Amino acid sequence: MSENPGTNLYLPFMATIQEVVRETQNIKTFRVTLNDPEQMRNFRFAPGQVGQLSVFGVGESTFVINSPPTRMEYLQFSVMRVGELTTRLHKLRKGDQIGVRAPLGNSFPFEDMKGKNVVFVGGGIGMAPLRTLLLYMLDNRTDYGDITLLYGARSPSDMAFSYELPDWLARKDMSTVLTVDNGTPDWAHKVGLIPNVLKEMNPSPENSVAVTCGPPIMIKFTIQALHALGFQDEQIITTLEKRMKCGVGICGRCNIGSKYVCQDGPVFTYAQLRELPNEL
Amino acid sequence: MGAARCIKKDALLTWLEEVGKSRLVLAPRAQGKSTAFLPFDPAKGISLSGLATSSPKQALIPRHEALLEFRYTKTDQVPAQTGLAVRELIPNQPTLVFGARPCDARGFTVLDRVYDAGAKRDVYYCARRDKTIVATVACTEPADTCFCNRVGGGPGDSAGSDILVTELDQLYVLEAVTQRGEAFLLEQKLPDATELADKAQAARAAVRAAMPEGDSLLGAPDKVGALFDEMPFWDGVAAKCLSCGACSYLCPTCYCFNITDESKGGQGVRVRTWDNCMSFQFTLEGSGHNPRATKSQRMRNRVGHKFCYYPTLHDGALSCVGCGRCIAHCPVSMDIRRIVSKALTYEKAAKEHSNV
Ligand SMILES: Cc1cc2nc3c(=O)[nH]c(=O)nc-3n(C[C@H](O)[C@H](O)[C@H](O)COP(=O)(O)OP(=O)(O)OC[C@H]3O[C@@H](n4cnc5c(N)ncnc54)[C@H](O)[C@@H]3O)c2cc1C
Ligand code: SF4
Ligand code: FES
Repeated sequence: MSENPGTNLYLPFMATIQEVVRETQNIKTFRVTLNDPEQMRNFRFAPGQVGQLSVFGVGESTFVINSPPTRMEYLQFSVMRVGELTTRLHKLRKGDQIGVRAPLGNSFPFEDMKGKNVVFVGGGIGMAPLRTLLLYMLDNRTDYGDITLLYGARSPSDMAFSYELPDWLARKDMSTVLTVDNGTPDWAHKVGLIPNVLKEMNPSPENSVAVTCGPPIMIKFTIQALHALGFQDEQIITTLEKRMKCGVGICGRCNIGSKYVCQDGPVFTYAQLRELPNEL
Repeated sequence: MGAARCIKKDALLTWLEEVGKSRLVLAPRAQGKSTAFLPFDPAKGISLSGLATSSPKQALIPRHEALLEFRYTKTDQVPAQTGLAVRELIPNQPTLVFGARPCDARGFTVLDRVYDAGAKRDVYYCARRDKTIVATVACTEPADTCFCNRVGGGPGDSAGSDILVTELDQLYVLEAVTQRGEAFLLEQKLPDATELADKAQAARAAVRAAMPEGDSLLGAPDKVGALFDEMPFWDGVAAKCLSCGACSYLCPTCYCFNITDESKGGQGVRVRTWDNCMSFQFTLEGSGHNPRATKSQRMRNRVGHKFCYYPTLHDGALSCVGCGRCIAHCPVSMDIRRIVSKALTYEKAAKEHSNV
């Protein structure tokens, strides 16, 4: 039969790691290309969609494609080392072979967001899903209103994508605020928890959408802050993490009631989240 | 129904042996205290008395199934690069499942909706389904744990079967249900039994009529869904559960699976194995967070999936087929009928209570 990913839901594309970037002491970024040039050329995805990365012999895990669909030289995944598979991934080098099952899941409502002001609030590795949407919007800049980014991490050395931050800070077509929980003497930006800094920034909810991702506790307080600023549930977008296996709505692993995070998610508005059974 | 053939009861084993020459035959066989669907062995016979302990779902979703095979290689470049070859292992084994019961076969329809969902086809499941003939034996003596008739089925139903087998005195009447069943039946050297079809139908109807009615559970989805946040209800029904998962392993419709790699040296297989939502590990995340950390939450998911979530996604069809295996074999006698019946009346009871 198939030998063709797409026909066989479990057969990954074979891919090669083109570049490994050490982001922080526990996050590495992998830039990968699909081995078959035809597959690479035809690969389509939307910002927010995820992939299952395979290290054969270890298994698969879920990571968001954090490069934007407007830049297709490679697909980028940033991986925080937390357990078995992520530890093995961190040992891989340029030229190593992995499997990629992608794209999976839904995406950010980037069409509906056209014409709106967008406030990104990212914490730690939670910046990864925001990055794909942010770059997509910067590459289609005229489609969107004001773009604001608040990105926080525990300490300056925990900031991923540090090589991009100078550009983001310098750009005239977006405004960027960086914050850390614990500063260092040479840290020139904010020190403070993300929700507090967000309140200080005081973005207007008028014609705006906020997109937030990060550790659960940060998301919780960020949403409270957004509410305090006057954002409605429909104006708040976040992503859910659930343990996933098949990624295609079959294995029954990732359900919240009758919704499957791998298919109906990972992106939800806060209004949608409130409709879900309380089993996060 | 389509073509009808018959076979004398005492010729059944010979016929199965004959069929076994060209396909794998899985049939219930007694093993100690339990009965399981095993490769047919004429010397060991088959056991058609009542429902087998385990369900025949393993014919379509094996407990352990290799999906892909992989092998790392070294290229002769300098410095050597690691190459990787991955191959699909698509099953290609013609099979006859003989002796499933109507609830088991209905279980296959539950799996079909998940694994063969239009554009989203699980090639492994579909390859097996396409090559498998399900010959279901209509029940004559429903057990007191049986409740197929309360969840949309019945002891003589043909849904999910390719062939329906009805006992008539010293005969089995085999009737084709699907084209796949018809094609198979026409290949067999068995006498025509078209004139027995009415009698077979009457026999099945008589068994159905004799089965105690019991309240229908088809209205459960709304009620079970509405109880999601009613934790005292779930704490109550799950109190004695051991989280052993026997209910789920024996269930003909529990289909959740895990995917893991097994390797040795530079090669191995990616396998899928039955998983079990009654286990704490099922939803445990790397951070230590577990959305279903308590057995009440897990019981809620198991009952919720069968009586609310699945029906929500599949036009009201329950994913419980009423075989009663989970009732008969639970070490602490959990009874899913009672849980759902309780859910159906719970709100009312609570209201009456608050009126006092
Ligand atoms: C939609 C989605 C997008 C994600 N995007 C990213 C990303 O861009 N970067 C990143 O670093 N991480 C991301 N994660 C989390 C990442 O999938 C887990 O950290 C990873 O699976 C842990 O694997 P492990 O084998 O190293 O951990 P172990 O703890 O050894 O894993 C054991 C098992 O649990 C599963 N698992 C453990 N923790 C999680 C978790 N939090 N979420 C899902 N499954 C888990 C693993 O798949 C594995 O099957 C994402 C998760 C989801 C669901
Ligand atoms: S078989 Fe009984 S004790 Fe075991 S998990 Fe199921 S309900 Fe609980
Ligand atoms: S990961 Fe398998 S159903 Fe969502």
